[in-house]
Amino acid sequence: MKIPCPHCGERDVSEFRYGGDASRQRPAHGTGDLKAWHDYHFTFTNPKGPHTEHWQHVLGCRQWFRLSRNTATNVIAGVVE
Amino acid sequence: MAKGYSVFSLLRHALKPDSPWPMAWEKPTPRSSYDVVIIGGGGHGLATAYYLAKNHGITNVAVLERNYIGSGNVGRNTTLIRSNYVIDGNTQFFEHSMKLWEGLSHELNYNCMVSQRGQIVLAVSPVQLDVFARRGNIMRLNGIDAELLDRGEVQKLLPYLDYSKDARFPIWGAIHQARAGTVRHDAVAWGYARAASQLGVHIIENCEVTGMVIDNGRITGVDTTQGRINAGKVGIAVAGHTSEVARMAGLRLPVESHILQAFVTEAVKPIVHHVVSWGAELFYLSQSDKGGLVFGGHIDGFNTYTQRGQLFKIQDVMQCAVSLMPFMSRMRLLRHWGGIQDMTPDGSPFICRTPVRDLYLNGGWCYQGFKATPASGWTFAHTIANDNEHDLNRCYSLDRFEKGRELDDYGIGNWTYKQ
Repeated sequence: MKIPCPHCGERDVSEFRYGGDASRQRPAHGTGDLKAWHDYHFTFTNPKGPHTEHWQHVLGCRQWFRLSRNTATNVIAGVVE
Repeated sequence: MAKGYSVFSLLRHALKPDSPWPMAWEKPTPRSSYDVVIIGGGGHGLATAYYLAKNHGITNVAVLERNYIGSGNVGRNTTLIRSNYVIDGNTQFFEHSMKLWEGLSHELNYNCMVSQRGQIVLAVSPVQLDVFARRGNIMRLNGIDAELLDRGEVQKLLPYLDYSKDARFPIWGAIHQARAGTVRHDAVAWGYARAASQLGVHIIENCEVTGMVIDNGRITGVDTTQGRINAGKVGIAVAGHTSEVARMAGLRLPVESHILQAFVTEAVKPIVHHVVSWGAELFYLSQSDKGGLVFGGHIDGFNTYTQRGQLFKIQDVMQCAVSLMPFMSRMRLLRHWGGIQDMTPDGSPFICRTPVRDLYLNGGWCYQGFKATPASGWTFAHTIANDNEHDLNRCYSLDRFEKGRELDDYGIGNWTYKQ
């Protein structure tokens, strides 16, 4: 699998670090509801299909970015702003 | 249907070659309703159905498999069994599984080729050997066999490892569980399917669940590619796709699907007589009865449902293999494959009730799915039959993260893609 880094261009996946689901919304600071934090922290949508996720080009420019990838096929739609 | 396999039935069929062996399990058309429907005809689903019938007398059971029996992860693993877990809950559960493995071929009247050749986990630093000593003490306090080996003892048992002064990870010793080993994975699926079928369980292949019928917070049936099937209770046992199936019931789970690769070399004469695991990286290897070296490593590290592994992980695992066993550099890889597993935030499974009444979950199987098969089915059957967890699987509840009762046996923390 090759990942299009927004700065360096297309590079092998082994140069990148995976950072998990990027569509999750972190509860606001001061949220007292522990269930909200639990759901944010411990549960996953884990779709079989389109997925927006964080990657870091850790062996390159070290930039973090968001990527749209289909988890059923590993086809990458591109970088998401 | 074949009632019992024995030396006499073998002789009878040998003398009458024109009489074919009967089907190992029946292929019934589904009824419109069952007491219990198990989604997933893998090792865990079939074992659950078997123990529901055997231990709890519930025989009006259907196992729904979307493909054919043996097509899923039960046939895609590296077939290892062991019970060397550290955290209370895991320790007892996996030892229960080991005890069931030890009698399984007789229990099922099916040769599962249980081979207790022993597992040796190599320590690559004195600190790691201390950690293994602690693990061994915990195991022995729970009545599980464990033995600490020093470098000289390891060298006698495994003379083919790299003991040179240039070894990147010098071998300091090991922990040995003599009762660990391997099992023929296909035979586990076929054996449980046949034994369950003989007790009256319906095994329905090519029947994919497409929806769940939930009425007032209670499940009453499932929609399938073969029509609606009503059910008193429904159990999910589809590890790899647990999130997708649970979503049909509106559940969002602490599960992410990841790929784990496995590898087999060309067949060679017997050289590796144990299961060998390495403390420097996650790497484990055994030799199959056919002679191929079967081995694997860590997950690729990002969630995916494709069964295609990435090249960089193949390279990582090969580097581990050659670093530990230099002779492997001259061997050829015969094949490799990937399986999809449920990674959980603590690397431990779920065998529990769910927020939907009469819907039960068996999932979250990461590295330990195959070795857990008998105990998983045994405890899941208990949970379904009694609408309550057994003491052995009480720790595998869905709310353990809320309660601060994670079972992080690997000590990695709540990162599914690092577990």
